[in-house]
Amino acid sequence: MSLDTATVRRIASLARIRLEEPEVPRMQAELNGILGWIEQLQAVDTEGVEPMAGGGAVSLRMREDAVTDGGIPEQVLANAPDREGEYFGVPKVVE
Amino acid sequence: MHPTDFTLRGAIEALNEGLLTSVELTQAHLDAITALNPRLNAYVTVTAEQALAQAKASDARRAAGVAGPLEGVPLAIKDLFCTAGVRTTAGSRILDNFIPPYESTVSGNLLRDGAVFLGKVNLDEFAMGSSNTTSAFGPVENPWSRANDPDTRLVPGGSSGGSAAAVAARLALGATATDTGGSIRQPAAFCGIAGIKPTYGRCSRFGIVAFASSLDQAGPVARTVEDCAILLRSMAGFDPKDSTSADVPVPDFAAACARGVKGLRIGVPKEYRLEGTPPEIEALWEQGLAWLREQGAETVEISLPHTKYALPTYYIVAPAEASSNLARYDGVRFGRREKGADLKDLYERTRAAGFGAEVRRRIMIGTYVLSAGYYDAYYLKAQKIRALIKRDFDQAFANVDAIVTPATPSAAFGMDEKQDDPVTMYLNDVFTVTANLAGLPGLSVPSGLDAQGLPLGLQVIGRAFDEETVFAVGNAIEQAADFTALPRLRAGA
Amino acid sequence: MSFTIEGATGPWEIVCGLEVHAQVTSNAKLFSGAATAFGAAPNSQVSFVDAGFPGMLPVINRECVAQAVRTGLGLKAQINLWSRFDRKNYFYADLPQGYQISQYAHPIVGTGAIEIELADGSTKTIGITRLHLEQDAGKSLHDQHPTKSFIDLNRSGVALMEIVSEPDMRSPEEAGAYLTKLRQILRYLGTCDGNMDEGSMRADVNVSVRKAGEAYRTRCEVKNVNSIRFVMQAVEAEARRQIEVWESGGSVDQETRLFDTGRGVTRSMRSKEDAHDYRYFPDPDLPPLVLEAEWVEGLKATLPELPDARRARYVAMGLSPYDAHVLTLEKETAAYFETVAQGRDAKVAANWVTGDLFAAINRTKTSIAEPPVPAEHLGALLDLLANKTLSGTLAKTVFEAMIETGKSPGAIVQERGLRQVTDTGAIERMVDQVLEANADKVAEYRAGKEKLFGFFVGQVMKAMQGKGNPALVNEVVKKKLG
Repeated sequence: MSLDTATVRRIASLARIRLEEPEVPRMQAELNGILGWIEQLQAVDTEGVEPMAGGGAVSLRMREDAVTDGGIPEQVLANAPDREGEYFGVPKVVE
Repeated sequence: MHPTDFTLRGAIEALNEGLLTSVELTQAHLDAITALNPRLNAYVTVTAEQALAQAKASDARRAAGVAGPLEGVPLAIKDLFCTAGVRTTAGSRILDNFIPPYESTVSGNLLRDGAVFLGKVNLDEFAMGSSNTTSAFGPVENPWSRANDPDTRLVPGGSSGGSAAAVAARLALGATATDTGGSIRQPAAFCGIAGIKPTYGRCSRFGIVAFASSLDQAGPVARTVEDCAILLRSMAGFDPKDSTSADVPVPDFAAACARGVKGLRIGVPKEYRLEGTPPEIEALWEQGLAWLREQGAETVEISLPHTKYALPTYYIVAPAEASSNLARYDGVRFGRREKGADLKDLYERTRAAGFGAEVRRRIMIGTYVLSAGYYDAYYLKAQKIRALIKRDFDQAFANVDAIVTPATPSAAFGMDEKQDDPVTMYLNDVFTVTANLAGLPGLSVPSGLDAQGLPLGLQVIGRAFDEETVFAVGNAIEQAADFTALPRLRAGA
Repeated sequence: MSFTIEGATGPWEIVCGLEVHAQVTSNAKLFSGAATAFGAAPNSQVSFVDAGFPGMLPVINRECVAQAVRTGLGLKAQINLWSRFDRKNYFYADLPQGYQISQYAHPIVGTGAIEIELADGSTKTIGITRLHLEQDAGKSLHDQHPTKSFIDLNRSGVALMEIVSEPDMRSPEEAGAYLTKLRQILRYLGTCDGNMDEGSMRADVNVSVRKAGEAYRTRCEVKNVNSIRFVMQAVEAEARRQIEVWESGGSVDQETRLFDTGRGVTRSMRSKEDAHDYRYFPDPDLPPLVLEAEWVEGLKATLPELPDARRARYVAMGLSPYDAHVLTLEKETAAYFETVAQGRDAKVAANWVTGDLFAAINRTKTSIAEPPVPAEHLGALLDLLANKTLSGTLAKTVFEAMIETGKSPGAIVQERGLRQVTDTGAIERMVDQVLEANADKVAEYRAGKEKLFGFFVGQVMKAMQGKGNPALVNEVVKKKLG
């Protein structure tokens, strides 16, 4: 599977990474290099193998339903690049 | 003896005996940082004032008879661990001047045990790299250099290059590090020090900037295996704030170092005999196995048939998780923001400017392998091969107690080498990445030098939550190797 | 008879399915310890986990899981003892992590069913496809600033149940009845408060239309409809729009739309962006959710009685199906009724609750949750009626006094001396006085003007300030007039 430039642009858009037009061919070549190398996995017989998602525990631990956090709006907002009073500010979104 | 020449254990003993104070020990390290860091670039943030205050408080605690296991020991913290009130960068421009209002569990555990933090050390951006050349704060230099070519600046390995370089150059007694595909063990090997990636779940991931959640594990680097054991005991432990943290007791790892290897069965995976591996690495491996046999262990050939698929599997799983983990860096709640015509434009400009080339590349790969129509062919396939890799280890560990392999396929390379093609750089992790995929502990032990006088490491892989055997085997190799060589750039040299 | 919309080309059938997002009733959020209360100051109920800060990790809330299981049991659905959380990846200003933690491939609850009641008295079964747990997003405010949107993350991370129905509904009425019934069940279970105006329940409405006997045509999703009335309107408006598209020779595009409540029409969302590709994958921060069968059994054993069972029980107690329906619509009404009916005549209790009490609630603009008369007081009033301390008329008087004063009926009877007079001697004396004072009318009566009987009874009751036992008064007047 080899990526065309349209796919490279679509992936960049999905990932929200601006890709200037002159950067597209280079990114395309690098991604295709990596994907070509990854392609060898298709040779492995994985018939009937259960996929392994995580590294650790077999089941989730559950915590009690108690309010133990929050109430720290100043800390939550302290690192904001655009703080608008008690809110985070972003360019206006049209739905 | 210069205070920076102590091992961590030696420093604790010296402090206990009153031979020096934590303030003196800390000041000596801060002086060493001032002298060498401009060249090595190991630290991105030095918290001298805070370190001296911590040292002073530590000396007071010791005087009051309430010394913790790491009382007064100056350490370096990889800048992937969030530290309350101290800038945390992950080696990226995108975090800008992010000041976490919270402490990672692992660094918090070290503080609980009395440690002093000298500052935050450099790393590959978001821990993505094997050479510490992708950091937004510039590359870290390996304190070692080739005997016949001392002017070529070498990489310290990555991603924990700052941690390894700082410890090797004696700018800290030990350091925290993280390992997703080899990021503790490879830089430890390149810098002639020890480093362990513990079992997945052994150390809490809470407060560590995530790269690939199912692979990331924190661990220590230090100048001896025993020092790593001492640090790991403090770093490890169950944390209810991490759903993948294991609720298992933390043994006395340092005590396990002295167990010896008599009667242990050591596996030697035939698939790790890679074509193109330098003969001196093959020879060192044989030497290591011989040392273990001399001390009473039995070595047996084993097969880990899916080894060759581990790296490509990793380069699906890790970027996929990273593409999602790094979505939160969007310029809204913290970190860098670029102006945009609208929200999407703001995101795209912020992330293009904030992430470096390697991070962008991996986010792109990860986004692609998860995207509609490709998930089964890439991500699901990789998860299945990951299961097969784990199965290989399960079968091997039915017959052996530990596995010994080379840590890296080469010694440290030059800063300008291996930069042409991403895949060439990825191959650095060929021996280490399997332990991450299978969630197993892996220790890198400095074991010898190559013909250029550069350090080489051997790796010990153990069963899940059996770090004790890993430490025992690592300690046996270390004792036999009697690794006394020193890097050219180091404090007090 | 089935519901159709008449188009230019003949009748069209509606096909509708609902995805309901119901906020789980819990103290803390699904994966963080921040509070869930409605109406708090902006960003005051936000942990660093909810704000997607670096290194933060999710830990699941047991009660949210229990609530999802209870709901599944209430929907007679299959409980999956093994389920898993996936990440749904997309960028949005109020989605701090850049992904929503949801259950895509392996939901906690599988197929179930809801029986709905329709106006004509018929019932219909609507299939439940699945229920899964997921995080809510934050809130964007678009009207605070000319060029900016403001983000409040208080809702970010609150647990939601997404309850997906089969496309089994065929009319706006059925969609309304489904949502009504679902809300009723959730409120009975206590797993969601059902407050649609606070956003505790929102529906995404999937609508398509077809001619009789056809396979399904393309559907559209009308997102975030926040009242039962609007859901019914949205189904009809969207169906009519689609019929118009098909009949004018066009074809309906699968898309997401919004319901304009002011104009009563649906419109395409402007912010379509590029085609969504959510890149679901298992959340590596969260191992699978594995439930013990015994734990689920324990939740089942403590499940409250649900509306259908309760209605059946009321009918068995002698109530009309209509009263049983009305009394079980709201959990609070049923609870009120049960307190009043406890140890008393159920039909009398039902009449008072559905009659006088409902009227009083309307008149005083109160609610069953904060009733004008406590259930215990109404019950005591019924006791005074039963033991003939009060006549029906007196009881109404006392009831009004209870509303005004908030006092118990016993206290009011005591204070105002409203006890019914059943002493025959006293009544006879009063009747004698009245007949004596109205000798002319007595003569007229005896001359055949029999309708004056009521006049005498009225005069006696008036003289007794309404406290005479009506039956006895009648009897005595009749006897004396002989």
